[in-house]
Amino acid sequence: MNFSVITTQFWSLALQGLALGLIYSLVSLGYTMVYGVLRLINFANSEVFMLGTFAVLWIEINFLGHPVNAEPLTGFKLVYTLVIALVGSMIACALLGVLVEFVAYRRLRSRGASRLASLISAIGVSIFLMESMRMFTESRPQTAPRLLEKWTFGEIAGANFRIDTMLAIVAPIIIFVILDQFVNRSRLGKAIRAVSMSEENAKLMGIDINRVISLTFLIGGLTTGAAAFLYTTVYENTVFNVGFNMGIAAFTAAVLGGIGNIRGAFYGGLALGMLEQFSSAILGSQWKAVTVFVVLVLILLFKPSGLFGEAVQQTRT
Amino acid sequence: MMKLNNFNLRDKGAAIWAGWSRPVRTVFVLIVIVLVGLVPFAPSWGPTSFLNTPITSFENVLVYPVGMFVLMALGLNIVVGKSGLLDLGYIAFFAIGAYSQAILSTLHGWNTWQILPFGIVFAMLSGVLLGLPALRLRGDYLAIITLGFGEIVRIVSLNLSVTGGPNGIAGIPNPPTIFGFEFNLMFPEHFFWLVLAMILLVIWMIRRFTARRPGRAWEAIRQDEDVAALMGVNTLVYKLWSFVIGAAVAGAAGVIYASKVMVISPDMFKFDVSILILACVVFGGIGNIWGVVLGASILAYLPERIRFISDARQVIFGLVLIIMMNLRPDGLLPRKKREKIEAKRTM
Repeated sequence: MNFSVITTQFWSLALQGLALGLIYSLVSLGYTMVYGVLRLINFANSEVFMLGTFAVLWIEINFLGHPVNAEPLTGFKLVYTLVIALVGSMIACALLGVLVEFVAYRRLRSRGASRLASLISAIGVSIFLMESMRMFTESRPQTAPRLLEKWTFGEIAGANFRIDTMLAIVAPIIIFVILDQFVNRSRLGKAIRAVSMSEENAKLMGIDINRVISLTFLIGGLTTGAAAFLYTTVYENTVFNVGFNMGIAAFTAAVLGGIGNIRGAFYGGLALGMLEQFSSAILGSQWKAVTVFVVLVLILLFKPSGLFGEAVQQTRT
Repeated sequence: MMKLNNFNLRDKGAAIWAGWSRPVRTVFVLIVIVLVGLVPFAPSWGPTSFLNTPITSFENVLVYPVGMFVLMALGLNIVVGKSGLLDLGYIAFFAIGAYSQAILSTLHGWNTWQILPFGIVFAMLSGVLLGLPALRLRGDYLAIITLGFGEIVRIVSLNLSVTGGPNGIAGIPNPPTIFGFEFNLMFPEHFFWLVLAMILLVIWMIRRFTARRPGRAWEAIRQDEDVAALMGVNTLVYKLWSFVIGAAVAGAAGVIYASKVMVISPDMFKFDVSILILACVVFGGIGNIWGVVLGASILAYLPERIRFISDARQVIFGLVLIIMMNLRPDGLLPRKKREKIEAKRTM
């Protein structure tokens, strides 16, 4: 128990919590988008994230020829490397997400199988991807090259405004604004909302359900890919089971904010990131997961729909 | 492909079973039990020697993972299959049973048979503790809370001194001799028979429950909870009962497991095991006892049988899950057709 950290390190912890929380909320979109239309937990999303981090490594080291121990980049080359790594990871994860849907969900859905059957086939995909990567990397953690020199803009109230932390805060906010506009304004976004309200009615209105479902996996993959890029840039390492804890945290974040709800995922991720940073500073990092889950249970008890969700009873048909 | 889909071994078997008279059934059941009891000796007998596991000892594989997985899958089947509650932290109850055995035997010198009822009661109490708040929620919220509970139990055992932290507890005594059966490293088949007896007891218990009021209440809750409540079923009480009975089975399995392996650590109670047991239930045929037994036996045995390809075995395991679920989404032995009609929408 160390409550003094709240007063002494408040801003520094809040800033780190913000960066971590926004990475969580990007991954939790992979769960919440799919849940919105399919009412299924996309179990393989954690492995999409894991492969995304390796894709970033591969792009930076092999594709752009930037070895692990090289000097940080500057100027135009830096921007160009970051953008290629970000876009590459997003595309890789999006394709993988669509592939996961095709392998694990589509056939089962067309046959009207139970929800648990899809859950197990998604778990199968998840085990397959994780264990393949374990074999491929021989269980060794991989270090990412340092692209950004970690210089700070300055210090405000004890918090270091470091460039990579700022990147991890600004980029997700931009992505969320774009996504929110897309879902609420565009025609395809309208189709997604229609399917999440009622699959059968949407079908009667002439919406191609399979296309919409693929699209949600694609979007979930895109945001998860962005999260993978930010994660490797900030923490500079990855390992074959990195997706596991990330997946649990992101799923918790999605439920915390109200699963199936995009804005809920944003706030849920933020709340979870803050909660993790503060609880591990106060109680010690080994109790981090426990406090997170206790808070989650309490929130669900008093507000069973999550912070921003509609009641589950109403959304399920 | 169509033939594979329409073929329902569960219904065929039930039809044959219904045609038999009572003495024939009794003889059949006894023969099956004796045959299963002889399985530990299978590798040393010519025609069945292909069953032998190449690296680990076959008798020990039969106890853990096979026997324990069957036992836990049956317990989880009460929760997931009978009343349709998705529990992703089932291993926590197994861990509670195992730690009861470890702590009470090493610190207080009790023996396994004395601890067994306490292990079961501790698991049931934690089931009530978790179930009372969690079972008011539905579907995926319940899933995440049970998942969290599983992680909490593991993290607590990792950080407390009484549970030995990450090193766990070593030197747990074997169960003392009972009815002339010795339990130690020399006689792994005795452990198998013990687990087999527990499995039979649990199967008997589930069959009794299914035929009576709780079974009907669970079935109603699984198909439509609102309708069940309207018909006067006290849904919370029955959901809690299924949760607690499931917990009791896992607790009993945990006590026996700890006294068999003699050393336990938090590593053994990870989230993956909960998922694996859920996979056993769904893979075999959710809601159907024989399907669950078959699914758990295959999924527990397969990774040990192909252990010689070491790293690749988990990859193959993942592939088997994907392919099997795509070929037979209702599991190897699905539940009866009449129970299945509405299940598709609700599960």
